[in-house]
Amino acid sequence: MSEPKLEGIELKPGFKGMAEDTGSDQTMFKGVHWGKAMMWIFLLSDTFIFSCFLIAYMKGRGSTPVEWPNPSEVFALDAFGVPVPLLLIAIMTFVLITSSGTMALAVKYGYEKNRKMCGWLVLATAIGGLTFVGMQAFEWSKLIHEGVRPWENPFGAPQFGSFFFMITGFHGTHVSIGVIFLFIYAYKVFAGHYDQQKRGWFTSMKGNYVEIEILGLYWHFVDLVWVFIFAFFYLW
Amino acid sequence: MSDTDKKEQASTHKIGIYLWIWGLLFVLSFFSYMVDWYQFQGMLRWSLILFFMFLKAGLIMAFFMHLFWERYALVNVLLWPMTAIACFIFLMVAEFKYTLFTRIFYFFVGG
Repeated sequence: MSEPKLEGIELKPGFKGMAEDTGSDQTMFKGVHWGKAMMWIFLLSDTFIFSCFLIAYMKGRGSTPVEWPNPSEVFALDAFGVPVPLLLIAIMTFVLITSSGTMALAVKYGYEKNRKMCGWLVLATAIGGLTFVGMQAFEWSKLIHEGVRPWENPFGAPQFGSFFFMITGFHGTHVSIGVIFLFIYAYKVFAGHYDQQKRGWFTSMKGNYVEIEILGLYWHFVDLVWVFIFAFFYLW
Repeated sequence: MSDTDKKEQASTHKIGIYLWIWGLLFVLSFFSYMVDWYQFQGMLRWSLILFFMFLKAGLIMAFFMHLFWERYALVNVLLWPMTAIACFIFLMVAEFKYTLFTRIFYFFVGG
Protein backbone atom coordinates (compact mmCIF):
# COMPACT_ATOMS: atom_id res chain seq x y z
CA MET A 1 0.00 0.00 0.00
CA SER A 2 2.73 2.44 -0.89
CA GLU A 3 1.45 5.87 -1.71
CA PRO A 4 3.29 7.66 -4.50
CA LYS A 5 2.92 10.98 -2.66
CA LEU A 6 5.05 9.67 0.16
CA GLU A 7 8.08 8.83 -1.90
CA GLY A 8 11.10 10.91 -1.14
CA ILE A 9 9.59 12.41 2.01
CA GLU A 10 11.27 11.71 5.28
CA LEU A 11 8.71 11.14 8.01
CA LYS A 12 9.76 12.60 11.34
CA PRO A 13 8.60 10.99 14.60
CA GLY A 14 6.81 12.54 17.55
CA PHE A 15 5.07 15.90 17.77
CA LYS A 16 7.42 17.47 15.23
CA GLY A 17 6.32 14.79 12.79
CA MET A 18 2.71 15.45 13.65
CA ALA A 19 3.11 19.16 12.94
CA GLU A 20 4.72 18.41 9.59
CA ASP A 21 2.15 15.74 8.65
CA THR A 22 -0.71 18.08 9.49
CA GLY A 23 0.81 21.10 7.76
CA SER A 24 2.13 19.31 4.68
CA ASP A 25 -0.71 20.39 2.35
CA GLN A 26 -1.10 16.69 1.58
CA THR A 27 -2.73 13.66 3.08
CA MET A 28 -2.52 14.05 6.85
CA PHE A 29 -2.40 10.41 7.96
CA LYS A 30 0.77 9.45 6.14
CA GLY A 31 1.27 5.80 5.34
CA VAL A 32 -2.20 4.98 6.67
CA HIS A 33 -4.56 3.27 4.26
CA TRP A 34 -7.68 5.42 3.65
CA GLY A 35 -9.91 2.54 4.70
CA LYS A 36 -8.09 2.30 8.00
CA ALA A 37 -8.33 6.05 8.61
CA MET A 38 -12.06 5.96 7.86
CA MET A 39 -12.57 2.98 10.18
CA TRP A 40 -10.86 4.98 12.94
CA ILE A 41 -13.11 7.98 12.29
CA PHE A 42 -16.15 5.69 12.41
CA LEU A 43 -14.95 4.15 15.66
CA LEU A 44 -14.49 7.64 17.09
CA SER A 45 -18.13 8.45 16.32
CA ASP A 46 -19.19 5.09 17.75
CA THR A 47 -17.23 5.91 20.91
CA PHE A 48 -19.40 8.99 21.29
CA ILE A 49 -22.60 6.95 20.88
CA PHE A 50 -21.60 4.42 23.53
CA SER A 51 -20.37 7.22 25.80
CA CYS A 52 -23.76 8.90 25.53
CA PHE A 53 -25.49 5.64 26.50
CA LEU A 54 -23.22 5.08 29.47
CA ILE A 55 -23.48 8.71 30.59
CA ALA A 56 -27.29 8.50 30.31
CA TYR A 57 -27.11 5.37 32.45
CA MET A 58 -24.97 7.18 35.02
CA LYS A 59 -27.42 10.07 35.08
CA GLY A 60 -30.43 7.77 35.38
CA ARG A 61 -28.89 5.65 38.09
CA GLY A 62 -27.60 8.64 40.02
CA SER A 63 -30.81 10.63 39.98
CA THR A 64 -33.22 7.99 41.28
CA PRO A 65 -33.89 7.79 45.03
CA VAL A 66 -35.09 4.17 44.57
CA GLU A 67 -32.45 1.55 45.25
CA TRP A 68 -30.66 0.22 42.13
CA PRO A 69 -30.81 -3.57 41.60
CA ASN A 70 -27.60 -5.26 42.78
CA PRO A 71 -26.01 -6.54 39.55
CA SER A 72 -23.99 -9.24 41.26
CA GLU A 73 -27.27 -10.80 42.48
CA VAL A 74 -29.34 -10.09 39.36
CA PHE A 75 -26.72 -11.65 37.07
CA ALA A 76 -25.85 -14.56 39.37
CA LEU A 77 -26.10 -18.02 37.87
CA ASP A 78 -26.62 -21.31 39.67
CA ALA A 79 -23.65 -23.65 39.27
CA PHE A 80 -24.27 -27.04 40.93
CA GLY A 81 -26.99 -25.47 43.08
CA VAL A 82 -24.80 -22.62 44.35
CA PRO A 83 -25.46 -19.08 43.05
CA VAL A 84 -22.20 -17.73 41.63
CA PRO A 85 -22.20 -13.92 41.12
CA LEU A 86 -21.73 -12.72 37.53
CA LEU A 87 -20.70 -16.19 36.35
CA LEU A 88 -22.09 -15.88 32.84
CA ILE A 89 -20.79 -12.31 32.47
CA ALA A 90 -17.30 -13.42 33.48
CA ILE A 91 -17.37 -16.24 30.91
CA MET A 92 -18.62 -13.81 28.25
CA THR A 93 -15.76 -11.43 29.09
CA PHE A 94 -13.19 -14.20 28.73
CA VAL A 95 -14.71 -15.40 25.45
CA LEU A 96 -14.59 -11.88 24.02
CA ILE A 97 -10.97 -11.35 25.11
CA THR A 98 -10.04 -14.71 23.60
CA SER A 99 -11.59 -13.72 20.28
CA SER A 100 -9.80 -10.35 20.46
CA GLY A 101 -6.49 -12.16 20.88
CA THR A 102 -7.11 -14.47 17.92
CA MET A 103 -8.03 -11.41 15.85
CA ALA A 104 -4.78 -9.65 16.78
CA LEU A 105 -2.85 -12.74 15.66
CA ALA A 106 -4.92 -12.94 12.46
CA VAL A 107 -3.85 -9.38 11.61
CA LYS A 108 -0.22 -10.28 12.26
CA TYR A 109 -0.36 -13.40 10.07
CA GLY A 110 -2.26 -11.45 7.42
CA TYR A 111 0.60 -8.99 7.09
CA GLU A 112 3.00 -11.90 6.85
CA LYS A 113 0.81 -13.20 3.98
CA ASN A 114 0.27 -16.46 5.85
CA ARG A 115 -3.10 -17.24 4.26
CA LYS A 116 -3.96 -20.44 6.16
CA MET A 117 -3.13 -19.18 9.66
CA CYS A 118 -4.86 -15.87 9.00
CA GLY A 119 -8.00 -17.64 7.77
CA TRP A 120 -8.20 -20.07 10.68
CA LEU A 121 -7.69 -17.28 13.20
CA VAL A 122 -10.39 -15.09 11.60
CA LEU A 123 -12.69 -18.12 11.68
CA ALA A 124 -11.85 -18.73 15.36
CA THR A 125 -12.64 -15.08 16.08
CA ALA A 126 -16.01 -15.43 14.33
CA ILE A 127 -16.85 -18.52 16.39
CA GLY A 128 -15.86 -16.71 19.59
CA GLY A 129 -18.15 -13.83 18.65
CA LEU A 130 -20.98 -16.22 17.87
CA THR A 131 -20.55 -17.87 21.28
CA PHE A 132 -20.71 -14.45 22.91
CA VAL A 133 -23.94 -13.52 21.12
CA GLY A 134 -25.43 -16.90 22.06
CA MET A 135 -24.66 -16.37 25.73
CA GLN A 136 -26.09 -12.87 25.56
CA ALA A 137 -29.33 -14.23 24.08
CA PHE A 138 -29.44 -16.71 26.98
CA GLU A 139 -28.90 -13.90 29.48
CA TRP A 140 -31.64 -11.76 27.93
CA SER A 141 -34.20 -14.57 27.90
CA LYS A 142 -33.35 -15.45 31.51
CA LEU A 143 -33.94 -11.86 32.64
CA ILE A 144 -37.13 -11.56 30.57
CA HIS A 145 -38.45 -14.74 32.22
CA GLU A 146 -37.67 -13.21 35.60
CA GLY A 147 -39.87 -10.25 34.70
CA VAL A 148 -37.34 -7.61 33.69
CA ARG A 149 -38.94 -5.14 31.26
CA PRO A 150 -37.77 -1.75 29.99
CA TRP A 151 -40.37 -0.11 32.26
CA GLU A 152 -40.30 -2.36 35.36
CA ASN A 153 -38.41 -5.13 37.11
CA PRO A 154 -38.82 -7.07 40.36
CA PHE A 155 -35.40 -6.05 41.75
CA GLY A 156 -35.50 -2.28 42.22
CA ALA A 157 -35.41 0.98 40.27
CA PRO A 158 -37.54 0.58 37.09
CA GLN A 159 -34.94 2.37 34.92
CA PHE A 160 -32.64 -0.66 35.24
CA GLY A 161 -34.36 -2.63 32.47
CA SER A 162 -34.34 0.12 29.86
CA PHE A 163 -30.64 0.86 30.35
CA PHE A 164 -29.78 -2.83 30.38
CA PHE A 165 -31.60 -3.70 27.16
CA MET A 166 -30.45 -0.53 25.39
CA ILE A 167 -26.76 -0.76 26.23
CA THR A 168 -26.20 -4.52 25.99
CA GLY A 169 -28.53 -4.68 22.98
CA PHE A 170 -26.59 -2.05 21.08
CA HIS A 171 -23.33 -3.76 21.95
CA GLY A 172 -24.77 -7.15 20.93
CA THR A 173 -25.82 -5.67 17.60
CA HIS A 174 -22.24 -4.56 17.04
CA VAL A 175 -20.98 -8.05 17.88
CA SER A 176 -23.53 -9.65 15.53
CA ILE A 177 -22.56 -7.38 12.63
CA GLY A 178 -18.91 -8.13 13.39
CA VAL A 179 -19.58 -11.90 13.34
CA ILE A 180 -21.25 -11.66 9.92
CA PHE A 181 -18.28 -9.74 8.52
CA LEU A 182 -15.78 -12.10 10.18
CA PHE A 183 -17.37 -15.10 8.43
CA ILE A 184 -17.34 -13.24 5.09
CA TYR A 185 -13.70 -12.25 5.55
CA ALA A 186 -12.71 -15.75 6.67
CA TYR A 187 -14.12 -16.98 3.37
CA LYS A 188 -12.29 -14.23 1.47
CA VAL A 189 -8.98 -15.07 3.13
CA PHE A 190 -9.32 -18.82 2.49
CA ALA A 191 -10.37 -18.17 -1.10
CA GLY A 192 -7.18 -16.15 -1.53
CA HIS A 193 -8.86 -12.87 -2.48
CA TYR A 194 -6.11 -10.88 -0.77
CA ASP A 195 -3.28 -12.82 -2.34
CA GLN A 196 -4.81 -12.37 -5.83
CA GLN A 197 -5.68 -8.71 -5.08
CA LYS A 198 -9.27 -9.43 -6.04
CA ARG A 199 -11.52 -6.38 -5.87
CA GLY A 200 -14.25 -6.22 -3.22
CA TRP A 201 -18.02 -5.90 -3.61
CA PHE A 202 -18.49 -2.32 -2.48
CA THR A 203 -15.30 -0.83 -3.75
CA SER A 204 -12.91 -0.98 -6.64
CA MET A 205 -10.06 -1.18 -4.12
CA LYS A 206 -7.70 -4.04 -4.77
CA GLY A 207 -7.85 -6.78 -2.17
CA ASN A 208 -5.11 -6.43 0.42
CA TYR A 209 -4.45 -7.85 3.87
CA VAL A 210 -4.88 -4.33 5.27
CA GLU A 211 -8.61 -5.16 5.15
CA ILE A 212 -8.02 -7.73 7.87
CA GLU A 213 -6.45 -5.03 10.00
CA ILE A 214 -9.44 -2.74 9.38
CA LEU A 215 -11.82 -5.54 10.40
CA GLY A 216 -9.57 -6.17 13.38
CA LEU A 217 -9.89 -2.54 14.50
CA TYR A 218 -13.68 -2.92 14.53
CA TRP A 219 -13.49 -6.18 16.45
CA HIS A 220 -11.08 -4.82 19.07
CA PHE A 221 -13.36 -1.82 19.47
CA VAL A 222 -16.28 -4.15 20.28
CA ASP A 223 -14.09 -5.75 22.94
CA LEU A 224 -13.06 -2.29 24.18
CA VAL A 225 -16.68 -1.23 24.62
CA TRP A 226 -17.36 -4.44 26.55
CA VAL A 227 -14.54 -3.52 28.97
CA PHE A 228 -16.43 -0.32 29.81
CA ILE A 229 -19.86 -1.99 29.96
CA PHE A 230 -18.46 -4.72 32.21
CA ALA A 231 -16.97 -2.13 34.56
CA PHE A 232 -19.85 0.31 34.72
CA PHE A 233 -22.93 -1.84 34.30
CA TYR A 234 -22.01 -5.17 35.85
CA LEU A 235 -19.38 -4.34 38.46
CA TRP A 236 -20.27 -0.82 39.67
CA MET B 1 13.18 4.75 0.05
CA SER B 2 10.60 2.08 0.07
CA ASP B 3 7.60 3.02 2.13
CA THR B 4 6.05 -0.39 1.67
CA ASP B 5 8.94 -2.05 3.46
CA LYS B 6 8.69 0.45 6.29
CA LYS B 7 4.98 -0.12 6.62
CA GLU B 8 5.35 -3.87 6.74
CA GLN B 9 8.03 -3.65 9.35
CA ALA B 10 5.74 -1.47 11.39
CA SER B 11 2.78 -3.85 11.08
CA THR B 12 4.51 -7.14 11.74
CA HIS B 13 5.58 -7.56 15.31
CA LYS B 14 6.90 -10.55 17.13
CA ILE B 15 4.20 -12.95 18.27
CA GLY B 16 5.45 -12.62 21.86
CA ILE B 17 4.09 -9.11 22.33
CA TYR B 18 0.57 -10.20 21.36
CA LEU B 19 0.68 -13.24 23.62
CA TRP B 20 1.91 -11.11 26.51
CA ILE B 21 -0.88 -8.56 26.08
CA TRP B 22 -3.39 -11.37 25.68
CA GLY B 23 -2.24 -12.96 28.93
CA LEU B 24 -2.27 -9.62 30.74
CA LEU B 25 -5.85 -8.99 29.59
CA PHE B 26 -6.91 -12.36 31.02
CA VAL B 27 -5.20 -11.64 34.32
CA LEU B 28 -6.68 -8.13 34.57
CA SER B 29 -10.18 -9.42 33.75
CA PHE B 30 -9.75 -12.05 36.42
CA PHE B 31 -8.74 -9.36 38.92
CA SER B 32 -11.71 -7.17 38.07
CA TYR B 33 -13.99 -10.19 38.52
CA MET B 34 -12.35 -10.77 41.90
CA VAL B 35 -13.37 -7.23 42.91
CA ASP B 36 -16.96 -8.44 42.72
CA TRP B 37 -16.20 -11.92 44.11
CA TYR B 38 -14.77 -10.52 47.34
CA GLN B 39 -17.49 -7.85 47.49
CA PHE B 40 -15.17 -4.88 48.03
CA GLN B 41 -17.31 -1.82 48.71
CA GLY B 42 -17.05 1.97 48.53
CA MET B 43 -14.03 3.86 47.25
CA LEU B 44 -11.83 0.76 47.15
CA ARG B 45 -14.28 -1.01 44.82
CA TRP B 46 -14.73 1.97 42.50
CA SER B 47 -11.05 2.81 42.25
CA LEU B 48 -10.11 -0.83 41.58
CA ILE B 49 -12.82 -1.14 38.89
CA LEU B 50 -11.62 2.04 37.18
CA PHE B 51 -7.96 1.07 37.47
CA PHE B 52 -8.41 -2.34 35.84
CA MET B 53 -10.80 -0.89 33.24
CA PHE B 54 -8.38 1.82 32.07
CA LEU B 55 -5.45 -0.59 32.09
CA LYS B 56 -7.34 -3.08 29.91
CA ALA B 57 -8.64 -0.38 27.58
CA GLY B 58 -5.14 1.08 27.27
CA LEU B 59 -3.55 -2.28 26.44
CA ILE B 60 -6.18 -3.09 23.82
CA MET B 61 -5.88 0.31 22.15
CA ALA B 62 -2.10 0.54 22.32
CA PHE B 63 -1.15 -2.95 21.15
CA PHE B 64 -4.12 -4.79 19.66
CA MET B 65 -5.28 -1.69 17.78
CA HIS B 66 -1.64 -0.71 17.06
CA LEU B 67 -2.00 2.87 18.36
CA PHE B 68 1.37 2.57 20.09
CA TRP B 69 3.01 2.22 16.67
CA GLU B 70 0.90 4.79 14.78
CA ARG B 71 2.05 8.28 13.91
CA TYR B 72 1.10 11.07 16.30
CA ALA B 73 -1.12 12.72 13.66
CA LEU B 74 -3.56 9.81 13.96
CA VAL B 75 -3.14 9.17 17.68
CA ASN B 76 -3.85 12.77 18.62
CA VAL B 77 -6.87 13.05 16.35
CA LEU B 78 -8.31 10.00 18.09
CA LEU B 79 -7.51 10.74 21.71
CA TRP B 80 -8.17 14.48 22.14
CA PRO B 81 -11.93 14.20 21.49
CA MET B 82 -12.11 12.04 24.62
CA THR B 83 -11.73 15.24 26.67
CA ALA B 84 -15.18 16.27 25.38
CA ILE B 85 -16.58 13.05 26.86
CA ALA B 86 -14.84 13.80 30.16
CA CYS B 87 -16.47 17.28 30.20
CA PHE B 88 -19.86 15.73 29.48
CA ILE B 89 -19.40 13.31 32.39
CA PHE B 90 -18.64 16.17 34.79
CA LEU B 91 -21.69 18.12 33.56
CA MET B 92 -23.99 15.14 34.00
CA VAL B 93 -22.63 14.36 37.48
CA ALA B 94 -23.65 17.86 38.54
CA GLU B 95 -27.00 17.31 36.81
CA PHE B 96 -27.86 14.01 38.50
CA LYS B 97 -26.93 15.36 41.91
CA TYR B 98 -29.28 18.28 41.37
CA THR B 99 -32.10 16.02 40.10
CA LEU B 100 -31.72 13.69 43.08
CA PHE B 101 -31.69 16.65 45.45
CA THR B 102 -34.89 18.16 44.01
CA ARG B 103 -36.65 14.76 43.99
CA ILE B 104 -35.87 14.12 47.66
CA PHE B 105 -36.51 17.74 48.63
CA TYR B 106 -40.00 17.89 47.10
CA PHE B 107 -40.80 14.42 48.41
CA PHE B 108 -40.42 15.70 51.95
CA VAL B 109 -41.43 19.35 51.56
CA GLY B 110 -44.18 18.86 48.96
CA GLY B 111 -44.74 20.79 45.71
